Amino acid sequence: MKAIINITLKSGVLDPQGKAIENALGQLGFTGVNGVRQGKLIEIDLSETDAAKAEASLTDMCEQLLANTVIENYDIQLDKSE
Amino acid sequence: MQAAVIVFPGSNCDRDVAVCLEAATGTAPLMAWHGDAALPDCDLIVLPGGFSYGDYLRCGSMAANSPIMREVVAQAHKGAAVLGICNGFQILTECGLLPGVLMQNTGLNFVCRDTRLKVSNAQNAFTHLYQQDEEIIIPVAHNEGNYFADEATLAGLQEHQQIAFTYGAGDNPNGACLDIAGITDRSGKILGMMPHPERRAEAALGGEDGKRLFTGIVESLA
Amino acid sequence: MSTRLNNLVDVTDDIAREHGLTDDEYKMIVDHLGRTPNMTELGVFSVMWSEHCSYKSSRKWLKKLPTEGPQVIQGPGENAGVIDIGDGDTAIFKMESHNHPSFIEPYQGAATGVGGIMRDVFTMGARPVANLNALRFGEPSHPKTRHLVAGVVSGIGGYGNCIGVPTVGGEVNFDASYNGNILVNAMCVGTARADKIFYAAATGVGSPVVYVGAKTGRDGIHGATMASAEFDDASQEKRPTVQVGDPFTEKLLLEACQELMASDAIIGIQDMGAAGLTSSSVEMADKGGVGIFIDLDKVPCRETAMSGYEMLLSESQERMLMVLKPGREAEAEKIFHRWGLDFAVIGELTDSHRMVVHHQGEEIADMPLGPLADGAPEYDRPHVATPKRPAFDSNQAAHPAIVDSLKSLMGNSEIASRRWIWEQYDSMVMGDTLVGPGGDAALVRVHGTQKALAMSTDVTPRYCFADPIEGGKQAVAEAYRNISATGATPLAITNCLNFGNPERPEIMGQFVGCLDGMGQACLALDFPVVSGNVSLYNETNGTGILPTPAIGGVGVIADYNKAIGNGFSEAGAHVFVIGGSHGALGCSLYQRHILQDDTIVAPPAVDLQAERAHGEFVRAAIAAGSVSAAHDVSDGGLLVALSEMTMRHGIGLTSPQQGDAAYWFGEDQGRYIVQVSAAQVDGFTAAAQAAGVDVNEIGKTGGDELTIDATLTISIAELTRINQDWFPDLMSGKTA
Repeated sequence: MKAIINITLKSGVLDPQGKAIENALGQLGFTGVNGVRQGKLIEIDLSETDAAKAEASLTDMCEQLLANTVIENYDIQLDKSE
Repeated sequence: MQAAVIVFPGSNCDRDVAVCLEAATGTAPLMAWHGDAALPDCDLIVLPGGFSYGDYLRCGSMAANSPIMREVVAQAHKGAAVLGICNGFQILTECGLLPGVLMQNTGLNFVCRDTRLKVSNAQNAFTHLYQQDEEIIIPVAHNEGNYFADEATLAGLQEHQQIAFTYGAGDNPNGACLDIAGITDRSGKILGMMPHPERRAEAALGGEDGKRLFTGIVESLA
Repeated sequence: MSTRLNNLVDVTDDIAREHGLTDDEYKMIVDHLGRTPNMTELGVFSVMWSEHCSYKSSRKWLKKLPTEGPQVIQGPGENAGVIDIGDGDTAIFKMESHNHPSFIEPYQGAATGVGGIMRDVFTMGARPVANLNALRFGEPSHPKTRHLVAGVVSGIGGYGNCIGVPTVGGEVNFDASYNGNILVNAMCVGTARADKIFYAAATGVGSPVVYVGAKTGRDGIHGATMASAEFDDASQEKRPTVQVGDPFTEKLLLEACQELMASDAIIGIQDMGAAGLTSSSVEMADKGGVGIFIDLDKVPCRETAMSGYEMLLSESQERMLMVLKPGREAEAEKIFHRWGLDFAVIGELTDSHRMVVHHQGEEIADMPLGPLADGAPEYDRPHVATPKRPAFDSNQAAHPAIVDSLKSLMGNSEIASRRWIWEQYDSMVMGDTLVGPGGDAALVRVHGTQKALAMSTDVTPRYCFADPIEGGKQAVAEAYRNISATGATPLAITNCLNFGNPERPEIMGQFVGCLDGMGQACLALDFPVVSGNVSLYNETNGTGILPTPAIGGVGVIADYNKAIGNGFSEAGAHVFVIGGSHGALGCSLYQRHILQDDTIVAPPAVDLQAERAHGEFVRAAIAAGSVSAAHDVSDGGLLVALSEMTMRHGIGLTSPQQGDAAYWFGEDQGRYIVQVSAAQVDGFTAAAQAAGVDVNEIGKTGGDELTIDATLTISIAELTRINQDWFPDLMSGKTA
């Protein structure tokens, strides 16, 4: 089973890279960009076939290593099609 | 007193800090390998600067989960002193021995330069040879040194005199909250700091402001 | 189940041409083999015979450079040069270009350039102790310049900082000729004990050939041929061939190699750099006079279904090839596995003098080593000497007030402070950096000793363009001066020779002229060449870069406590100029940027005898303790050099000296400004007289201003502001 984990900075935490991207877009003439936040995307291939167990295990992974929950949120998407 | 320097793959200030520890203690510190499950009993554990595990994922995150860190945490809970410099500070926050997190510098660039530091608490095991509010010069060299914690945590740090060093006025190189350059746990025996005292502990390298940190902790533990 | 991957297409003349081979070269390959090569063999020959690997256009001229001296342990031809620095210690160093990849992908291009040069140094047994660089970008106002500067600087820092080797110096120029072809030259200096140096030559039939480091992917295939072709607009599409660096793996590789090198298990070792597995195996076997068998099925791969052609030509980074003593494999494997690195025995040495390659159980290549390593034709390309230019006549020019010219120069792209760059480099890690960026030469202590290495990178491309011979001399002389100004003795140089298309006679003429001048200077100054690299075809759409033979000089001082800095350090001291000031404004920054006159005229002449005499005098005066600060006079002339000396520690200067623009901004060579304490003046002037060296007192230190009587007064604070603001303003988009 494949999973995609999106890790983003919590709202309220300053995101200098996002800010720099926003400025660069403005300089390139893209108007109407109200805000940019950047994060990480991690793809994980699991041998687990049970969605609930996979989700529980992924949550542990996020809490223990993948995200730093002091500043980051994570979002787990399971691709159940395989 | 026995000091140990933990060597992670990617540590690169391990030798530098070992030189200072040897000068302060008279004996070479133990160099402990990250993969070792056991750590000999020691009085001072140093997590050196560098790029442990390439700083991949997040600075210090993989090192914080390495086998030897369980030992470090265990010995810290038994009262060993712990010093984390730069990447070592990042590891200490990632493993939970110190609160907060080190984020990317607001300038988005790596910054290596001398900074003016204020000794905000000259009472703890590491800083007692400095004067309260003394200004010293210690260099920084990092890309993720922007100390961040929520309001409650910051208030707690202030309340319990856990802020050991702050950047001098107008000299904050990374955007850190409250100009924080280094903090301790409540006991004052676990210190994490972004600046590198080991790089300014010899006149030939520009000054000796960093030296008292090493002689200070050695005296405290003697 | 595997699909056959190799030699699926027959080689034709057209395919040979697509590999960058001329029809004549292809015919020579067919003759050497006695048959038509297959695709794998063609690929191997084409990279080995590329300009980058074979030096076919430059070899004839490189041979003329002085490469010997009592201090030289290993000259050109190995991974890096080795010099004796006394007490059984050696310095091992080299400089190399990564120009084309850095233009296409500045971060990774620059990063892998740094990674590659460090491997060249540590493969010889050295621990790298210092990195330097020489960078050339297009005009500041060019739309790509900011992006390229930001990416290159960040890439250099990203790699060097992570591996933990300090970046201690370098130089940067901006010129329109680099708009479409920037130069990124990286230099690495390491130290080793003289009895622990490792060479590439592989000996001992039957000895195992071992692959260590990172896995092989399809990175940078044909990088070596890319580095030998001109850019055109289509090459911006070549991005996928740029390699990606992993400094973390390189750090592990460095430590693992050092650990293995402490034993005596290694016979020969070679970095897999340009042309990867191909060039490393060919060079090792050829140098040892043996043959080599390689089984590609044993090569650790990161990607699936790679063909032999791809594996042999891949430029994946952080890999090494070594030949071990038979029976020592297990011991070596244990070390590499402990560091989490791949280790695989992929072949063995044979007595065939051939390179034989198997893949998927079949033989896919069988080639004679001699022609691969040395068989590329040596070209004596037609060359036309650059015409001698007239002297510059500044009498007709309208000269602004001296103070206005000074302010303008201090905030000029060529002189403005490079702090924005160097603060992104960790210049202090390893705890031995005595003088980092901003010194005349960087000073790095040899760990655990009283000695320090002095290092500097130098060349003035606008001089080389106007007069390649004088420009070539000047580049070497300036490196010599920068090292001498610290008190260290210059010992040897490495070079990185960046030029345009050698098939154009005027470009080849620049190359020949610059090497002539360099050779003369190396001889006159006892400053031989021990390693180097040539980068040709630095052109975009037919326009060449300024000829840029970058020099990396290395010297040593026996007691680092005797070394001095380049700023005024005490008030009330006397300031002298060593060497005559004759107002050489030709090709000066003053001519170009203040008079805005781009006429090509004669650059300042270099008097090598005077260079040597002045250098020896300065070093003796520093050793005797009579000179307490010294700075060489280069870009911008005397007044700029004096300003730089005041800014260093905020100590000013008052001078009664009268002079015109030519005096203050002329770029006469062979000069230093020195600070002499009052008590030392008599001894200093007596020594100068005895040595027959021209010294002129120009003023006294003190205060917080630079004052030239009746000419100008400017505060150090203002000079500093002008000098510091330019780079951050450029990078933040405030100016262009």
